[in-house]
Amino acid sequence: MSDARRISSRRRPSLAPWLFISPWILGFFFFTLGPMVFSLIMSLHDWPVVGERKFVGLQNYQTMLTQDPMFWKSLGVTVKFAAIFVPLNIALSFLLAVLLNVKVRGTALFRTAFYLPCVISGVALVMIWKWIYSKDYGLLNYALSLLGTEGPNWLGDPNWSILAIIIASLWGLGGTMLILLAGLQSIPKELYEAARVSGVPAWAQTLFITIPMLSPMLLFTFITSLISAFQQLTIALLLTEGGPLKSTYFFAMYIYDNAFKFHDMGYAAAMSWVMFLIILTLSLAVLKYSAAWVHYEGEVKGGGNG
Amino acid sequence: MADLRISGLRKSFGAVGVLKGIDLEIRDGEFISFLGPSGCGKSTLLRCIAGLEDLTDGTITLGSREITGLPSAKRDIAMVFQNYALYPHMNVRKNMAFGLSLNGMPAAEIEARVKNAAEILRITDLLDRKPRQLSGGQRQRVAIGRAIVRQPQLFLLDEPLSNLDASLRVTMRAELSALHDRLRVTMIYVTHDQVEAMTLSDRVVVLDKGRVAQFGRPLELFHRPATLFVAGFIGSPQMNFLTAKVEGQGADSITLSLNGVTLTIPTDGHHPVDPTRPVTLGIRPDRLELASEGQLSGTIRLAERLGTENHLHIDLATGGSVVVITDGTHPARARDKVQLRIPPSDAHVFDAEGKALPRRLDAATEALISEPDGPAEPA
Repeated sequence: MSDARRISSRRRPSLAPWLFISPWILGFFFFTLGPMVFSLIMSLHDWPVVGERKFVGLQNYQTMLTQDPMFWKSLGVTVKFAAIFVPLNIALSFLLAVLLNVKVRGTALFRTAFYLPCVISGVALVMIWKWIYSKDYGLLNYALSLLGTEGPNWLGDPNWSILAIIIASLWGLGGTMLILLAGLQSIPKELYEAARVSGVPAWAQTLFITIPMLSPMLLFTFITSLISAFQQLTIALLLTEGGPLKSTYFFAMYIYDNAFKFHDMGYAAAMSWVMFLIILTLSLAVLKYSAAWVHYEGEVKGGGNG
Repeated sequence: MADLRISGLRKSFGAVGVLKGIDLEIRDGEFISFLGPSGCGKSTLLRCIAGLEDLTDGTITLGSREITGLPSAKRDIAMVFQNYALYPHMNVRKNMAFGLSLNGMPAAEIEARVKNAAEILRITDLLDRKPRQLSGGQRQRVAIGRAIVRQPQLFLLDEPLSNLDASLRVTMRAELSALHDRLRVTMIYVTHDQVEAMTLSDRVVVLDKGRVAQFGRPLELFHRPATLFVAGFIGSPQMNFLTAKVEGQGADSITLSLNGVTLTIPTDGHHPVDPTRPVTLGIRPDRLELASEGQLSGTIRLAERLGTENHLHIDLATGGSVVVITDGTHPARARDKVQLRIPPSDAHVFDAEGKALPRRLDAATEALISEPDGPAEPA
């Protein structure tokens, strides 16, 4: 009797495991996969916020690629931003992490100070930067005037506006820095001692020990920076509103405008999918070519005996 | 010649003194062990020699050069770390060549040195592997190879075998010994394992709480320990210690009273000890004899039969306990009442400060421990 029951209960999978993972499963279906599929469907429609929806097939995509100069313009702004922001973000985070990894008094204080912008609301941050960048009353131009130079109109000059946004974005590098710092601290110090005994100069220790040992974290921050660069919206939206002369009109902002200003949800959804594909392609490319320079501690390739 | 001289070396971390005045003279080509329990400062001393720690006070001279203030790379030393410290992203060849190539050595010379070291250590077929593809013993060889290619005047080894399993440790110990014979370079070896120190070393530095407790040949430490600490640290099972009173002393003997039983122990001539203070009598477990009549009596609490020998743990009638090693065929069992005899010439005597009175040894043992250039072999 008891044997038979055990067998039958084995055949009928219990509900309990599904209940335990249901919060995640439900969240994934309703808030991740569902909206993604829904937006894909939207992108195939002419979908005004109010009014009749009409299936148009790939027309949104066709319009975007062939008849919409603003699509290319905003994509160009985003690529330009990413090309400057991503390397700078990683390089500066790395430098700060290396500095903070030196055991001196007050590192905890600096660590907190550099991470602080990450816990401040983006809007509040932008308000501060707006004041810093202000042409006549700004902190930055005041500082420059003390040095005897007249600062540019940061937010009003199309040549400077993108730089202003890059600088403001770099303010949030605390997160990246923290990841790299954690990576640095996990490198065994004996590797550096062995290098010291063998007479390896400090620059070579950084180049041939630190960077390779840190490569998994560098790869991770590279990809996350890339994604955040392409999704850049808050700072541009609030600081420059895309101007002047659309010089900071980011791709994400154009999506936002299409959806909520021009009320063309279908077109916005199609653009979101294009952005998703661009990010996906770039990330996959980075991952593919990273095998050559990323070193993973636990991974064993080929036959080791023992 | 590259004698290593350390004088007045002190090292403190903040207010904590780790090394409290170390003076050592190590001759060219010697294999020296720094032996001691954890926290005795042996690794710190090695790191001071390596230049990985700054001295608080004192000087270090290698050959005719004072190296106290020199950076590690300029000291003409190589170091092997306990956890190997191999660069995980470089293959074995690069691990060995890395330091050399950055110091501008010609590629052909590097290649020759790596090849030579790989042959000595029999890792030629592993040169293109990454460290993670190697076993513990192989990694240790690579770490040693990285030291060999530098062709240093001084090898520093920081507990290099402690991460290996027991059988591999024995093999690597023999290989290290062979390597030293082959290279004839001064090696300093840090260990907490007395067997490693005794079998490998020409001389052993026993460290206790930041001071040199004794510096001598392995058998000298065993037969003539300078202090209670050394006597207790060297030898396993540990030497038995019994408290005794001084009954009388001559120029080269001392008469002790052990709970009423007197015993006259020969010395090699000693300064008179204070007769009012208790002394410690030490006797190694293999030297205590079970006898029909002896100075001590007790009950066997535990008889450990190891095959070749038995370890008998005996509670003494007068309090305290001792360990006796007997032949493995001895029939003694737990709860047996036994008498123990202390052969006077095998006894060690330590004064109230824990300093040993010089032991008078028989000619054969004396010859064994004072042999100037013989290989160090365990008794």
